[in-house]
Amino acid sequence: MSTPTYKMEVKDLKLWYGDFQALHGLDLAIPDKKITAFIGPSGCGKSTFIKSLNRMNDLIETCRIEGTIELDGKNIYDHKTDVNQLRKKVGMVFQQPNPFPKSIYDNIAYGPRTHGIKNKKELDEIVERSLKQAAIWDEVKDYLDRNALSISGGQQQRICIARALAVGPEVLLMDEPTSALDPISTAKIEELVSDLKSEYTIVMVTHNMQQASRVSDETAFFLNGHIIEHGDTRKIFTNPDQEETENYISGRFG
Amino acid sequence: MKNSKEMIMKGIFFLSACFSIVALLLIVVFIFANGVPFMLDYGFFKFIFGMEWTPTNSPASYGIFPMIIGSIYVTLGAAVVGVPIGVMTAIFMADFCPPFLYKILKPAVNLMAAIPSIVYGFFALQVFTPLIRQYFGGNGYSVLTASILLGIMILPTVISLSESALRAVPRTYYTGSIALGATHERSIFRVLLPAAKSGIISSIILGIGRAIGETMAVVLIAGNQAIIPDSLLSGVRTLTTNIVIEMAYATGEHRDALIATAVVLFGFILLINSIFLYFKNKEAKY
Repeated sequence: MSTPTYKMEVKDLKLWYGDFQALHGLDLAIPDKKITAFIGPSGCGKSTFIKSLNRMNDLIETCRIEGTIELDGKNIYDHKTDVNQLRKKVGMVFQQPNPFPKSIYDNIAYGPRTHGIKNKKELDEIVERSLKQAAIWDEVKDYLDRNALSISGGQQQRICIARALAVGPEVLLMDEPTSALDPISTAKIEELVSDLKSEYTIVMVTHNMQQASRVSDETAFFLNGHIIEHGDTRKIFTNPDQEETENYISGRFG
Repeated sequence: MKNSKEMIMKGIFFLSACFSIVALLLIVVFIFANGVPFMLDYGFFKFIFGMEWTPTNSPASYGIFPMIIGSIYVTLGAAVVGVPIGVMTAIFMADFCPPFLYKILKPAVNLMAAIPSIVYGFFALQVFTPLIRQYFGGNGYSVLTASILLGIMILPTVISLSESALRAVPRTYYTGSIALGATHERSIFRVLLPAAKSGIISSIILGIGRAIGETMAVVLIAGNQAIIPDSLLSGVRTLTTNIVIEMAYATGEHRDALIATAVVLFGFILLINSIFLYFKNKEAKY
């Protein structure tokens, strides 16, 4: 086995919402071109943590952060960081599918256009490639001018994944991407995520433990703003070191 | 016991609901019963497209075309002045305004809506009329004066409703755009604004409805000549001011002609409200 290379490294990350401390000094290395899953009960800080990886927490006024998060060795919380460039590199898919009330084409082209691509042919190529990568091209290729809100929830979520891929990210953050979807759509997205890891580093928050064990390479278990345990997914699910992890994955609490 | 109490209360609520509908019906019946016979009698086309309004001549002429054009001119003028300012203010208030400023701006806009129109008219008469006379020429009583004033008067309608429309857009559209690396400004102008489009259009149409119905402020500053204005600085008489100026002394046929003017005005309002409803329903589909 080769030594893993790390795409992102979190060092002693502390985060407060006003007076409430949500994260208590987290350390975590996210391996390149692998899938890392975050599990843990509601309110444990995993969503907060994933949002700090592309600085979406900046939108919350009372949010304050200490510590560093490095992307390819550069601290993303450095004052010199261009946040929009960061979010171009670190894309995000949300829990609720949130396509814009625009055509499917315009949804996918929105990101590339944002970053300055105007050429119609180039945009066409990006749209097609992204939709293919998100395994939805065959379902929508004849309806690209249809409103993205008119298709099913599962399809909308794949549109959102395609939209995130269209800006050419290196890391893809997924915050419970299947929790609002039916089992068939969920299976499709899991399959898709597994395919994507050859090209992208993926971080995924999930409430579904089977999903974490099926899809991810590494798993981190969160509890009360701490990472209790982090490591190889198979090990976490079969032979965890910590009692809390064992209790959680065996369904004794949470 | 409880049941009969409920029945009575139900009846009271029902009657309250009926009250406004009955009031509306009575208004419609009144103006149509008095206005339509006159229109048929005098000649519908002669009335609508007649260029002469000389009710005191013998024989009298009752052509309201100049007033129809007058109303359309000042209403369009009001839209040109009020809509851009109103929509931009709404965008500012919904997405750019620092909280301390919002605490001042929001009540101020609400207060604007509560100021009686005669006060607006008097303000324009004292401030705009002399300024326009001085800087643009004419006597200051003009299409331009009325447009600016009406543009100001529709601001609260346009601002409040556009702001609500912008705020009604799901926040997830905004975060979705930000997460793709778009700036705050781009997210607002390329995602939120298009998503709020029908709501904003509704607000504009409602503002236009206000402008075309406005009377007391316009009568003070528009000059009130019953002619088709040939420039922005010429005087103008609208449908509403036509009624208010002459109703006090009108009798017989003249009075009926004024009520028929109200029928035409009613037609305009009905049209505007239908367009409004069309856009409102479209908005509800999101």
